Amino acid sequence: MSVQLLTYLFVGLTFALYIGIAFWSKAKDTGDFYVAGKGVHPVANGMATAADWMSAASFISIAGIIAFSGRDGAVYLMGWTGGYVLLALLLAPYLRKFGKYTVPEFIGTRYYSDLARIVAVLCLIFISFTYIAGQMRGVGIVFSRFLEVDINLGVIIGMVIVFFYAVMGGMKGITYTQVAQYCVLIFAYLVPAIFISILVTGNPVPQLGFGDTVNGSSEFLLDKLDRITEELGFNPYTENTKSTFDIICITAALMFGTAGLPHVIVRFFTVPKVKDARKSVGYALIFIALLFTTAPAVGAFARANIADSIQDTKYIDAPEWFKNWESIGLVAWKDKNDDGAMQLYPGNAFEGIQPSFTSEVGIYGERIISNKLNEDSQNELYIDRDIMVLANPEIANLPPWVFALVAAGALAAALSTAAGLLLVISSSISHDLMKKTFRPKITEKQELLYARIAASIAILIAGYFGINPPGFVAQVVALAFGLAASTIFPALLMGIFFKNINKEGAILGMILGLITTLSYIIYFKFIFPNFNNSDYWFLGISPEGFGVIGMIVNFLTAALCIKFFPNPPKKVGLILATIRQP
Amino acid sequence: MNDYWKENLRIIFVLLSIWFLVSFGFGIIFSEWLDQFKIGGFKLGFWFAQQGSIFFFVILIFIYVYLMNKLDKKYQDKNKDK
Repeated sequence: MSVQLLTYLFVGLTFALYIGIAFWSKAKDTGDFYVAGKGVHPVANGMATAADWMSAASFISIAGIIAFSGRDGAVYLMGWTGGYVLLALLLAPYLRKFGKYTVPEFIGTRYYSDLARIVAVLCLIFISFTYIAGQMRGVGIVFSRFLEVDINLGVIIGMVIVFFYAVMGGMKGITYTQVAQYCVLIFAYLVPAIFISILVTGNPVPQLGFGDTVNGSSEFLLDKLDRITEELGFNPYTENTKSTFDIICITAALMFGTAGLPHVIVRFFTVPKVKDARKSVGYALIFIALLFTTAPAVGAFARANIADSIQDTKYIDAPEWFKNWESIGLVAWKDKNDDGAMQLYPGNAFEGIQPSFTSEVGIYGERIISNKLNEDSQNELYIDRDIMVLANPEIANLPPWVFALVAAGALAAALSTAAGLLLVISSSISHDLMKKTFRPKITEKQELLYARIAASIAILIAGYFGINPPGFVAQVVALAFGLAASTIFPALLMGIFFKNINKEGAILGMILGLITTLSYIIYFKFIFPNFNNSDYWFLGISPEGFGVIGMIVNFLTAALCIKFFPNPPKKVGLILATIRQP
Repeated sequence: MNDYWKENLRIIFVLLSIWFLVSFGFGIIFSEWLDQFKIGGFKLGFWFAQQGSIFFFVILIFIYVYLMNKLDKKYQDKNKDK
């Protein structure tokens, strides 16, 4: 069977499975819709959280980012896992104990203020939409690369699938589809990784192969990488390029941001008991760690593979996968030194980040690009880092079904994250804005209807962003984490651990935290991107790490407000007393 | 402040100190110094930054689960005695 046919089969089967689960788990009331009736087993919730958390970017991009940035990539590895320790110890059990449906609901009740709830809702919607745009785009790209359908049609198919299980099943439908999606995506990630690990090091466990010797030699893989990167003039693979302080800030912003992401927090509202919430975070991190400890190994294998199969190889002898991805436009080669061979060196091969291809073909059969060459660099190659995971099955010469599996896995990763985000958007609108603020008199049935309408509208908006992606999708990931770290995380943490924080402190803290982070990121990413380097950064902190400063501003503001505004009323003390009991 | 909460805070403090040590400590601040030691093909600091810290995170959460279940039980039994 051809790769194409197999891919249709795998993707079709997984989609049928997701829709089947949607029919089986239709939400009957708001409890089902918002928190799956609080009846999800902690292990199942752990898998659902892992699928919720690992997006198209984690599945497709992270190994490639590490392959090209070496040790610096550690900020993502630690940042996107370490936040779960904070969730387990500082947030999840207490918020579950509080026993309500949404994150803004806790903030509104703890800070006895509708305004606090509305500010939290706005932060939540902003964070979730920035995140979701990237997911729908990911769905479209996978469709176009693997199934050769139009990107826009791919986005629409993705929207219809998510519509089925998110709008009908609410949290209940999402949870059980996410469990299935986790199984698909982790299987799809590990199978090629294991094969590649055997190919490169002879060790079937990628995590161990990462630290093992290269097949047929006594040199360790990482030593080899250091040697070849250095020989070619790159920074050695296992050494940092960023300043220590900046690494600390980025890692911290990603960790605190992770712990403050509403679609992750709300997953721990769905388990039956408080102790299940703690345990469930642990399971979630095991399932996440399975991918996040494989990714740096895959990155290292891929880097070694490129060096072995591409460096100084004549273009006419280039491996087939290289030419396949060139035809899709994700790799490009320009023979600067006229030797017919490909050389990868530091620096961009040409001006402009993406290659723009002409319809012409060069003397060796390569696609001609129209970009101006970057004469400062000898580099002749453009390799999109996103192909590292997607091309692995071809690089390792794996059977076609593995290729089909990876396509289904990437789709599972994108759809599961999109659905989780859509749900927190819809529940914050129907529950926190309608029921709790503007229309308190609506019945449960009406509220459920509003939730479904809100989810449908959110899907349409997400689809619109998927089809007409704003140019800033890549830049706004920093924004989502920075904002979560500087608004929602501090509000929740102080709400649980500090009795004296009053509503003025919480509201002003969130607003000032938001403004601090937002203005810094907008300043460097959108207004003056030319100044976006460490010479101009405040204390040498890159925009990705600035959420930490926003968070500190938030904490200080709230602490100051204790002095100037009245203490919280008695009922807040009572709420905290119940949260702080076994 | 009740005793249960105080003990909880102490557990959190100890575990978060370890969390900070393995990630920001071994993975970032002392990372380059640790590189002089090797385990297998890994420089130790590099290992903490790209793999080791994640293992520690998982272990820390399960230690917290275990300690809190014990603490919950202790105080639930106490409340029954009253």
